[in-house]
Amino acid sequence: MTITVKYFASLREKLGRDQDSIDWEDGLSVSGAWSRANDGEPMPESVMVAVNMQYVKGDVVLSDGDEVAFFPAVTGG
Amino acid sequence: MHVDLRPSPFDPWREVGDRQAQRDDAGKAGAAAVFVGTMRDFNEGETVRAMTLEHYPGMTEKHLGEICEEAGKRWRILDCLVLHRIGDVRIGEAIVLVAVWSAHRGDAMDACRYIIEDLKSRAPFWKKEQLAEGERWVESNTSGYSNNG
Repeated sequence: MTITVKYFASLREKLGRDQDSIDWEDGLSVSGAWSRANDGEPMPESVMVAVNMQYVKGDVVLSDGDEVAFFPAVTGG
Repeated sequence: MHVDLRPSPFDPWREVGDRQAQRDDAGKAGAAAVFVGTMRDFNEGETVRAMTLEHYPGMTEKHLGEICEEAGKRWRILDCLVLHRIGDVRIGEAIVLVAVWSAHRGDAMDACRYIIEDLKSRAPFWKKEQLAEGERWVESNTSGYSNNG
């Protein structure tokens, strides 16, 4: 009954860690997962979010075992 | 279609030639469009010494594959090759290669443009530049024209 939360790039450096493991519960959203992993803080508006490696919005509801990733604007190419 | 992440330097022109030589569609591909992105020594008014490319293992490869599949739905293309560096990159080295083969130039060029623009705005890569003094994360990609730095 867990969710894996990953952070990348400047967000990872700012938070000082690259991953969290949090408890899952029915109805837990992406933004709720951020708050649960970050002392109740609201999810920053500027972050991009992926669940199981697909882009989603913050109100998407998670399933047990999901992997959620938070990261800043991408800058490849 | 082929997508690959490269932790070491690659020669984009050789990669295009090798890919073309591997295929058995002589007479079918009337057009090839190629984009090569190369590491500059300047960005946003600063001299850049080197760069590190971070990515999201798994999602990056998946997303690049999806971009190519989407391009194949929108345009009639025969083949697509996307290579991208990860890790430490030096000045003058190729960062990204997008090559698209098609029967006609319009499909090849439009699909090539689509792939590189989607890659730059949605593929999970992040650049960290090493400057003369210190380092910084690149916060956003430019529009792609000289008046934007």
